[in-house]
Amino acid sequence: MAEALLDHDLATSVLQAALDRGGRWAEIFCEDRATAGASLDDRRIEELSSGRERGAGIRVMVGDTIGFAHTADLSEASLLAAVRSAAAIAGDTGGSAGSVQLRPSGPVEPRALVLPEAIAKADKLALMLAADDAARSIDGGISQVQVSLADSRRRILVANTDGVFEEDDQVRVRFVVVCTASGDTGLQTGYQVLARTGGFEFLVEDELAALARTAAHQAVVKLTARPAPSGELPVILASGSGGILFHEACGHGLEADLVLKDTSVYAHRVGTVVASPKVTLVDDGTVAGEWGTARIDDEGRLSARNVLIEDGVLTDYMWDHLRAEQEGRPSSGNGRRQSYQDLPMVRMTNTYLINGTDDAEDIVASTEHGIYVKQLGGGQVNTATGDFVFGTTEAYLVEHGEITAPLRDANLIGNGPEVLGRIDAVAGDFSMTVGTCGKDGQQVPVGCGQPTMRISGVTIGGTA
Amino acid sequence: MSTDLADLVQGVLAQVAAGEEMEVYAARGAETEVRAYSGAVESLSAASSAGIGVRILRSSPEGSKVGFAWAGSLEPSVIAATVRDARDNAAFASPDPDVVLASPDGVAPQDVTTFDAALAGISTEEKIAFALELERRVRSADKVRSVRSADYGDAIVEVALATTTGISVASERTSAYAGVSVIAGDGDDTQTGYGSTAGRSFAALDLDRTATEAVERAVRLLGATKPASAKLTVVLDPKVTAQLLGVLSGALNGESVVKGRSFFGGRLGEVVAAPQVRLIDDPTDARAYGAARFDGEGLACRRNVLIDAGVLSSFVYDTVSARRAKTASTGSAVRGGFAGIPGPGCRALLLEPGSLDQAGVLAMVGEGLYVQSITGVHSGVSTTSGDFSVGAEGLMIRNGQLAEPVREVTIASTLQKMLAEVVAIGADVEWLPGVAAGQSLAIGAMSMSGS
Repeated sequence: MAEALLDHDLATSVLQAALDRGGRWAEIFCEDRATAGASLDDRRIEELSSGRERGAGIRVMVGDTIGFAHTADLSEASLLAAVRSAAAIAGDTGGSAGSVQLRPSGPVEPRALVLPEAIAKADKLALMLAADDAARSIDGGISQVQVSLADSRRRILVANTDGVFEEDDQVRVRFVVVCTASGDTGLQTGYQVLARTGGFEFLVEDELAALARTAAHQAVVKLTARPAPSGELPVILASGSGGILFHEACGHGLEADLVLKDTSVYAHRVGTVVASPKVTLVDDGTVAGEWGTARIDDEGRLSARNVLIEDGVLTDYMWDHLRAEQEGRPSSGNGRRQSYQDLPMVRMTNTYLINGTDDAEDIVASTEHGIYVKQLGGGQVNTATGDFVFGTTEAYLVEHGEITAPLRDANLIGNGPEVLGRIDAVAGDFSMTVGTCGKDGQQVPVGCGQPTMRISGVTIGGTA
Repeated sequence: MSTDLADLVQGVLAQVAAGEEMEVYAARGAETEVRAYSGAVESLSAASSAGIGVRILRSSPEGSKVGFAWAGSLEPSVIAATVRDARDNAAFASPDPDVVLASPDGVAPQDVTTFDAALAGISTEEKIAFALELERRVRSADKVRSVRSADYGDAIVEVALATTTGISVASERTSAYAGVSVIAGDGDDTQTGYGSTAGRSFAALDLDRTATEAVERAVRLLGATKPASAKLTVVLDPKVTAQLLGVLSGALNGESVVKGRSFFGGRLGEVVAAPQVRLIDDPTDARAYGAARFDGEGLACRRNVLIDAGVLSSFVYDTVSARRAKTASTGSAVRGGFAGIPGPGCRALLLEPGSLDQAGVLAMVGEGLYVQSITGVHSGVSTTSGDFSVGAEGLMIRNGQLAEPVREVTIASTLQKMLAEVVAIGADVEWLPGVAAGQSLAIGAMSMSGS
């Protein structure tokens, strides 16, 4: 690994300065992020872009108030100025609260076999052009193809007055194909994404071409789609299509910052039944290669596998440093932030429903009338009421136990605790998908996953 | 201060090489954020940041090749590396005869004030006091169970942009914002409401109204139930109308149109909406939050009529999308700060107001659904197909008045049909943060899915 972002001694003296200014706790978060992106549109490589950002965010707690300041300059003078600023806004009272002793960091290796900087730009473009060709090879009216490839390398270092001194080197790659099909019924789109925490070993030409063909096929199929039904029906979510459902229906409501402010329907419910007994839900930042994976969270806590719901019973919430401290318990490794310019908060990593014992084909065969969702788009939740929506981007009607006509995109709406109670079948064919989660304006990469499953009734927002 | 940034940009521009055109965009800003919770300051951030974005066009016989690079720093060594990266990136793009930088087009900028010098003089204590008072006011209201947070934020941003094609502009803008999210309860029932206020100055913020709005919006939903599915007329709250216009702007984006990704493609001059619909994007209107003198490529912002008496009359273009469409830029380039590449977009949409206030619109509709807020806009609306399906909560309209609250419903149609089914446009315009203002808007023949 390259030299540390911040020297051990410098980190110690900066944190000591925070304590000497009346802070009862302080933290330095350093980040160096390099990103590169390219987009292909209308058969042309439109532009390549690259960016670099480096800086530190400093939190100083005085009493219960957090003062926060950040700087793009990692020199001692700038860091000390940021400490003074953060301490002053938190209500600098003077007087020292002890001395700082930092532990050494655990071993850090970038979790990538092939680093982005090792790939020639021309080779990245070749992957995109091949995907474009593959998408256009599908018959039936593909009129436009967009391909984008983005990679990033994010090195972080977190040190705090509890002695934490941890580093990570996070490499991510993301490949997106959006196809537009044009026909008598208008325009439709197909969307596929492959995103991994890791390097270019995950971007294999044949697999990306298959991804592009899937996106193209999806757009073409939707040209013949009929309006989605309106009203309450059974909904089957195909393996890997709908992890976003759990992310929205209960994930956000299990974030301790919302729970402790009593703005979650899941507050005060640990130990009680919150879902069907077929539901065991896990948040796990350690799954190799997944989009929400990291060695440490953005507060220097080692990532962990945390069981949130076990056989339908709520077992625990997700925690960051601040909320865990309030409750006198350890953080669960869920303190994340978009960049050094942002305050961390409780965030999910990879959130998934584990395999059940039902059979995926039987689930469809035993559904008289409903919808089968192959792919979900985004979603949104009101954690206080539990009401959430999620949108379909590929869905079909189920009639007499068979998947039939394709449906136009629609949102589904439900209430988290109610929907979790209505999960009446869970298969054993688990797979993951990826997403970008937004909370209070900060975006972070997350993974979602689930096996094929059925909800006995959800309101579908179609027009038919 | 802004002359420094303009000088810096000119200095970078001097690094242009033979056979290249170059655009340099630099921004510097300072912002404050206060979060109040339960009578105390939960967090307070004060920080400044700066950065640069460089586009380099390399000419070739088949057209220009463009590369972009950005950095979150204005250090000379970092800027030099950014220029090198942009140059290297340009080598790999496909040559394209439509790729050019903007050139001065003779349109004079309007004198739109986007800067309030007084904001810099507001003390941190005053900002804290505002957030605390907003939180206290809401928390002490009847039926309020808790306040998720009360936030105050402001920013002072200066920008300089110059190109080797003769563009050289600089601007400063200030913004102040406050918002509060409240939870009301009655027995087992819980509902949420949100209130916000925004402007260019601290003095423009309306604390009373924000607090009242947040509480009223939560409390009036208490007792909400899920109604039976129906086809009905909806009246959108001004904030929802603004969201709808923001989404619709994606279909009016000249780049989406020219690349065949908008349902408006090929329909210029055709009737696309009810006759009373006149949609304007006017960043020269100082009342608009998105008002600006210059667009993201340094051309003067101008008033563009997009739908006129129901007829599709124009799209919004930046320089490149305009060339692809064989027309001229409408001065509508937008960019997401120094890390963003310019593209066409709306800044200040407004539906020409009708004559009825909200009560008048409700009376005219008689029976229907008043939509207070919507969710799932990103997942449920496509500006390519026009499909529209979102989650909604609000109040039924009975005998022309707001009646019982409803929740957990969806409303669905297509954007094409919704434009054609506009029944009434209110006079109650609210100037909101974002790219659009909003007013009460009645739309017929929507499908409401409930139980």
